[in-house]
Amino acid sequence: MQQAEAIASRPIQHLPLTQRPLFRFVRRALFYLMMVALGLVFAGPLLWMLSTSLKTDSQVYTVPPIWFPNPVRLINYPEALSSRPFGTYTFNTLRYALGAVAGALISNTLVAYGFARIRWPGRDIFFIICLSTMMIPFQVRMIPLYLTFKNLGWLNTYLPLIVPTFLGVNAYYTFLLRQFFLTIPSELSDAARVDGCTELGILIRIILPLAKPALAVIGLLQFMFAWDNYIGPLIYLNSENLYPIALGLQQFRTMFQEELMWPYMMAASTATAAPVIILYFFVQRTFVEGISITGLKG
Amino acid sequence: MLQNWTPAQTRSLLKGLAFISPWLVGFAGFVLYPIAASAYYSLTRYDVLRPARFIGFENYIELFGKDEIFRTVLGNTVYLVVLGVPAGLVVAFLLASLLNREMKLRPLFRTIFFLPVLVPAVASAEVWRWVYNTNYGVINSFIKSWGLAVIPFISSMELAKPSLILIHVWAQGTAIVIFLAALQDVPSSLMDAAEVDGANALQRFWHVTIPICTPAILFVMLTGMIGMFQYFTLGWLLTQGGPNNSTEFFSLYLYRNAFQFFKMGYASAQAWILFIIILAFTLLIFRSSARWVYYAGESD
Repeated sequence: MQQAEAIASRPIQHLPLTQRPLFRFVRRALFYLMMVALGLVFAGPLLWMLSTSLKTDSQVYTVPPIWFPNPVRLINYPEALSSRPFGTYTFNTLRYALGAVAGALISNTLVAYGFARIRWPGRDIFFIICLSTMMIPFQVRMIPLYLTFKNLGWLNTYLPLIVPTFLGVNAYYTFLLRQFFLTIPSELSDAARVDGCTELGILIRIILPLAKPALAVIGLLQFMFAWDNYIGPLIYLNSENLYPIALGLQQFRTMFQEELMWPYMMAASTATAAPVIILYFFVQRTFVEGISITGLKG
Repeated sequence: MLQNWTPAQTRSLLKGLAFISPWLVGFAGFVLYPIAASAYYSLTRYDVLRPARFIGFENYIELFGKDEIFRTVLGNTVYLVVLGVPAGLVVAFLLASLLNREMKLRPLFRTIFFLPVLVPAVASAEVWRWVYNTNYGVINSFIKSWGLAVIPFISSMELAKPSLILIHVWAQGTAIVIFLAALQDVPSSLMDAAEVDGANALQRFWHVTIPICTPAILFVMLTGMIGMFQYFTLGWLLTQGGPNNSTEFFSLYLYRNAFQFFKMGYASAQAWILFIIILAFTLLIFRSSARWVYYAGESD
């Protein structure tokens, strides 16, 4: 009996400690425990937001806090969002974001093509200048831009926010697209050129279909930037009927008294964050792949 | 010069310029001109109502000589960059390394760590205002129920900056994605070789994984540093520079001078100081990078 046990346990004792099944199991369990703990910590603020947005006032002021409100007060959403023109804010934001996405895609495609697929004297110097503009903080340009747009009569319109995107001023997007265009074999373009295709034709018919992942990344980045942008609208817009959500959300704060506002404020915040998060779930693959492809190579 | 070129070269030049023409216009109008104008304004007194009046370097002299708030602002901003950027970077790298391991539910965990960066700054300001609430916020509520003293996160001078850094550390999604991509490029042959040589997991992480990822680390560090020097929205919404100027950062003070006090010349001078500081930090990081960034291509 004792002998049999000794024989059965011998192989395990001969294994190094780190390879014994029990050790591996414990290590695995600890790893998952840590991941779950980290996950809860990182999701915590958003779960807290969601949970509060569904609470009644008395549930909000319970100590210790409750995570799962019962009953769920869904009506916080319509009540909060109708207290301010949230629909108008959303419409403004969408118009701005879509305009900016169109601008960024059109202009940066052309510019990146010029930097990546055509060999011309002076190209590299121009490209370095283009890249170096990434280092210039917005604050340096902010005041003259404001004054220029003021003189043009563009204040309190979306022109200062959209027009520059059509002129490819975001060098980061140009850079990402150029890097992607460089990975496309030049034989493809050469063959088309031999067939008498113009550069614009090559761009539209050969390069763009291949560059969809990179275009999706840039579209998404620009969309998220526009949805998130606070300081731009803050500087250029001053009528509330033009406000994007970023400025509009602050209007909610002025509506509700500090101690009564949390469910409403969290409902409005959830409504602000939800579209971006939902969009991410739809394009997640393209996005992550795109960053890996265009991110850091070269 | 132009006459020495072959017609083909001239044609390709024109083609190239045609394609980059949107940028040429944008660069001239929305980058070059504003930079030049800003440099000029920084040497003037300009309240928008009356024309700018040239005053030489007076704005700069006032900023460094007399403006005590500006000194505080500089200190606050450097604090934020020097502590916040490395903190965010380390957390992002560790999370990415964890996500890079074999595990169940990896897409779920990846999404959880990525989500915070998707939340618009205005919304995350409100969420954190509520999380940090001293009476009923999720943290203090628990602390209270245990009978301990509440933490005055954003209402105390000592904790306001660390509290903002904590929010930054929370929203590291972009860096995590970049690091994950870099981690997937770590050749498994190298890891195996290190293992055969008797390196334990920690040694492999330190001597193989991190060196291979240094280009990505450099990228995240540079963009993080440049972004952090321009930190605005969360500070503006959450603490408005307070309490007692402890979160008055560079961009906040600059915005205040430009658009609340209408001291456009004074604010322009600040913008140039910011530019020069960012440039100096960029050079510093680039200079040092020769010593710690490892490029796989170099050894070939």
